[in-house]
Amino acid sequence: MNVNGTMMKRVPTGLITRRKHRRIWGSIGKHLLLALVGAVFLFPFFWLVSTSLKSNQEIAIWPPLLLPKHPIWSNYRDAVLAFPFLSFLWNTLVIAFLNVAGAVFSSAVVAYGFAKVSWPGRNVVFFVVLATMMLPFQVTMVPLFVLFKSMGWIGGILPLVVPHFFGVAFYIFLLRQFYMTIPMELSEAARIDGANHIWIFSKVILPLAKPALAVVGLFQFVASWTDFLGPLIYLQNESQYTLQLGLQMFFGQHNAQWTLIMATATLITLPLVAIFLVAQRTFIEGIALTGIKG
Amino acid sequence: MSTGPRKRHGELRWGILFIFPWIVGFLVFVLFPLLFSLYYSFTNYNLIGSPAWTGIKNYTGLLSDNLFYISLWNTIYMVILGLPLHLVGALIVALMLSANVKGLAVYRAIYYLPSVIPLVAAALLWRWIFNPMFGILNAGLSHLGLPQPGWLIDPVWSKPALILMGFWGIGGSMVLYLASIKDMPKELYEVADIDGANWLQKILRITLPMISPIIFFNLITGVIGYFQYFTQAYILSATGYGSQMQVGGPRDSTMFYALYLYINAFRYFAMGKASAMAWILFVILMISTLVIFRSSARWVYYGGETRS
Repeated sequence: MNVNGTMMKRVPTGLITRRKHRRIWGSIGKHLLLALVGAVFLFPFFWLVSTSLKSNQEIAIWPPLLLPKHPIWSNYRDAVLAFPFLSFLWNTLVIAFLNVAGAVFSSAVVAYGFAKVSWPGRNVVFFVVLATMMLPFQVTMVPLFVLFKSMGWIGGILPLVVPHFFGVAFYIFLLRQFYMTIPMELSEAARIDGANHIWIFSKVILPLAKPALAVVGLFQFVASWTDFLGPLIYLQNESQYTLQLGLQMFFGQHNAQWTLIMATATLITLPLVAIFLVAQRTFIEGIALTGIKG
Repeated sequence: MSTGPRKRHGELRWGILFIFPWIVGFLVFVLFPLLFSLYYSFTNYNLIGSPAWTGIKNYTGLLSDNLFYISLWNTIYMVILGLPLHLVGALIVALMLSANVKGLAVYRAIYYLPSVIPLVAAALLWRWIFNPMFGILNAGLSHLGLPQPGWLIDPVWSKPALILMGFWGIGGSMVLYLASIKDMPKELYEVADIDGANWLQKILRITLPMISPIIFFNLITGVIGYFQYFTQAYILSATGYGSQMQVGGPRDSTMFYALYLYINAFRYFAMGKASAMAWILFVILMISTLVIFRSSARWVYYGGETRS
């Protein structure tokens, strides 16, 4: 304070106000820039919803109308009725639910083996786990298809679900990072008291890891909800399509009906936007965590 | 800690018990498929009957397949042009956000939001935005008196359109940069202020070296991701429906490597050729990753390290 006080006395007052002005203008400029770029990022969302409420005549007007004159809410009803939306929604939810359950549980177990049990060769094997994350899906895609075909699983949801029950590399990595932050003394003390690892895992580690498990569950839900390539390859009859696959098919059949396509796109986007807005912190912290290993 | 041989042996058994699900999954869903893929790449296999050994015919066949080169070139275009633009765009937004603004969380949410929406929905939305007749983008360009390209129907503009759409999804990389910038010790900037460094010097000399591990991470994951570029191209280029459907147009300008591989496997059932393509992709990715890793010693700075 004292130092600042003496400084203030020496600097002529005109300079201070000029500096203050510059700071205020600088801050306004910064916000203006951020808001402008933000508007550009938000505009496609606006355009999505706006188009979904227009009439077929209105979307063919040049230059385009920013907003429909009379929003046509029935576009949403028509979109849902134009293709088996509810059936696709149900299929997607079943797959997403099974995947979340499988991925969270199996990854939590496997990550424990890499974080809290010290065994020879652990780091080498963990390196293999990390390496599998870099493996392009294209390399295993064809043999996996052959494998699932030989088991009679093609055309059903099993190829999309079963692999999630064997630990997902990315989540094993995330959860291991999280387990490592739990003090080793906690599990070692229990170990010395004669507790075995299953007890420590279920009674000590799992309760503490709930926030991290929530991140994994959230990530997996989004991944299953948005997956396109998997369903495209494995699902063959329309009755089993997911929303993403269904929307693509719908687009193929009704190429020019942009109002209905945008209404459907809004419907399959909305749940994710809602989840993101509610669980924003979890999301962004979870993503920031991925970069830790650098 | 007692680490007698018996205890260690016990821990090994526990360790294997816990990672057992992963071991099974790794063997069944990763290692065996990987080896089978290599085997298929030397065979002629259309899912009916068993694979017939043909030696390196799939590989030599690709060398005289024009579309193979086109798909490889299109993909490299995205990797060397689209990816750097994407990474720089994400970095600029992260730098803008790191400058201690009020309402950071709101801005961050806005910039990240497009990254959570499904690719299929996003791609269809952009297809409508890019529409040369009624699209809002060309309406805006015409309003500003700028030329209005055909975007997705013009072979020259289709890839730039995909890159433009990619900017909308910079949120993931941006959040990583931002977290890393926010983690930096404040003292570094204070020292630089005392030395009278301007903002550009601060970014070049302090921020970029300090976040270089994240740039490295984003670059590696970006190269791997862009080489597998698929869904956006599939949705934005699809015309027709059912067995009449065509993808990769106009004039193969969005026929990317992963798309051509998919078509060979699941449209033509040329499983051997698709597997050969997969292994070529695998080798390209291994070499690229290795080169980036090797180069990282020169430009990636890890905290705590002293540089000579």
